[in-house]
Amino acid sequence: MRLFEKRNTISERHVKANKRAEDLVPSGLMQRCPNCGLEFFSSRLDKYKTCPDCDYGFRLTAKERLAWLCEESEEWFKDIQPSDPLHFPNYEAKVAAGKKKTGLNEAVWTGLAKIGGQETALAIMDPFFIMGSLGQMTGEKLTRLIEAATEKRLPIVVFTASGGARMQEGIYSLMQMAKVVNAVNRHKAAGLLYLVVLTDPTTGGVTASFASEGDITLAEAHAMVAFAGRRVIEQTIHEQLPKDAQRAETVLKHGFIDRIVLRQEEKGTLAWLLKYGGMQDD
Amino acid sequence: MTDAMETVRAARASDKLSAHYLRAHLFSDFVELHGDRQGADDPAIVGGIGLFAGQPVTVITTSRGHKLEERLAKHFGQPEPAGYRKAARLVKDAARFKRPVLLFIDTAGAFPGKEAEYAGQGQAIAQCLTDIGQAQTPIISVIFGEGGSGGALALACGDELWMMENSMYSVLSPEGFASILWKDASRAAEAAELLGLTPESLLKGQVIEGVIKQEGSKSAQCREIARVLEEELAKLQKLPVSSLLNRRYERFRKF
Repeated sequence: MRLFEKRNTISERHVKANKRAEDLVPSGLMQRCPNCGLEFFSSRLDKYKTCPDCDYGFRLTAKERLAWLCEESEEWFKDIQPSDPLHFPNYEAKVAAGKKKTGLNEAVWTGLAKIGGQETALAIMDPFFIMGSLGQMTGEKLTRLIEAATEKRLPIVVFTASGGARMQEGIYSLMQMAKVVNAVNRHKAAGLLYLVVLTDPTTGGVTASFASEGDITLAEAHAMVAFAGRRVIEQTIHEQLPKDAQRAETVLKHGFIDRIVLRQEEKGTLAWLLKYGGMQDD
Repeated sequence: MTDAMETVRAARASDKLSAHYLRAHLFSDFVELHGDRQGADDPAIVGGIGLFAGQPVTVITTSRGHKLEERLAKHFGQPEPAGYRKAARLVKDAARFKRPVLLFIDTAGAFPGKEAEYAGQGQAIAQCLTDIGQAQTPIISVIFGEGGSGGALALACGDELWMMENSMYSVLSPEGFASILWKDASRAAEAAELLGLTPESLLKGQVIEGVIKQEGSKSAQCREIARVLEEELAKLQKLPVSSLLNRRYERFRKF
């Protein structure tokens, strides 16, 4: 590492100015914000992992998020195993890699949690488990959580992060959209509160189902929130999509999001909404 | 075994049954009703009230159009958010009067356009899943060509789903599937096989209630559709609302 052969006074500005930065900088030392392009020392990322300049929230595993979101939590349905209805070639390896990266059994963490003193059923989708795609058992975990919350009369908070349907599970992935939405609607019919936090990226079948059904819908700064993929749209309409077309701020402007929340303020905002956003009689 | 890609080709054939033909031949009268009541009317969804076997039913079809101009306006049968909102509104209206709903689907999927994104394509589909999932009236869907992804599911989330023999239903087109998973769109036939998108394999997987035979002329095929729908509707209309809704919930819960 040439960095340490010289005086160790490198700054972010030096790294950016130096054409041979790649050789000089040990991997992992610098981060680049995918939203604003700022390059900065990784050491500036704290547990919230947000860009120091634009507040973009870097993608988190469900467990990283869990660590700062709740005072207490209890994981449910961790013995469910992903299904393989199409007997898709090499799918097992993908699942194994997802499990290893996230420490989860499926693309969503589900359980009971206390957020700022408020008890809630909680689901956190994990973008590092096969892109947070909606597999059959992802939908099963969500549905069981929602049904349990309805029975125990608990509110629900869902953090969405998903590339959409899980292609390797074909039509059975698609069916999860209706399955989860139906469970959400029973929960709502019971007079209970359903909160959604859209995180980067929330797309496809998840956007077109339970992510769009919140009584209140929050989104993290600059999170991608979309139905169709950028490339598909551009090939269809033969023009370039504006850079920010599928960012949370644009979606908010069109009326589909209630507020953008900074990660640092998420816990407080959720606790407040859990307390005052639903029925006040108990 | 039938070749899945053959089914895909038949489902996309330009001379197959059209929505227009179905509306004209299944219903003795049809009065079209326009608009989503939120500022738009999508021509890719045609809805209204028709007379079916002597009773009024709400009819909703996707529509590809005939002339080029029409086809462009309808995005070749790919609905925009306003189309899904129109469908959801018509289903809710139907439920108010206990009028059964029949939906006919032939779409590659929801239209992937810039304006569609801005108008909330995802939310509009979710709205259909909710409103059709909750409506207190019997709802039967029929896929008579392509059934593409969430854009088709949005109209196929009621009590029963039937498929014409020459139709397909999948999470993504075989071409899209091959290019996403293998970066090679030419492996579409292989993808079609793997996806299990034929009526036969979907029936085996309990994704659909049945397959409607396509034999003889188009009008003979319509008579067969009418026979199936009349029979199924009669069964569903006998159920008390609570069992109808429980049955609908379980229909998707099993997946």
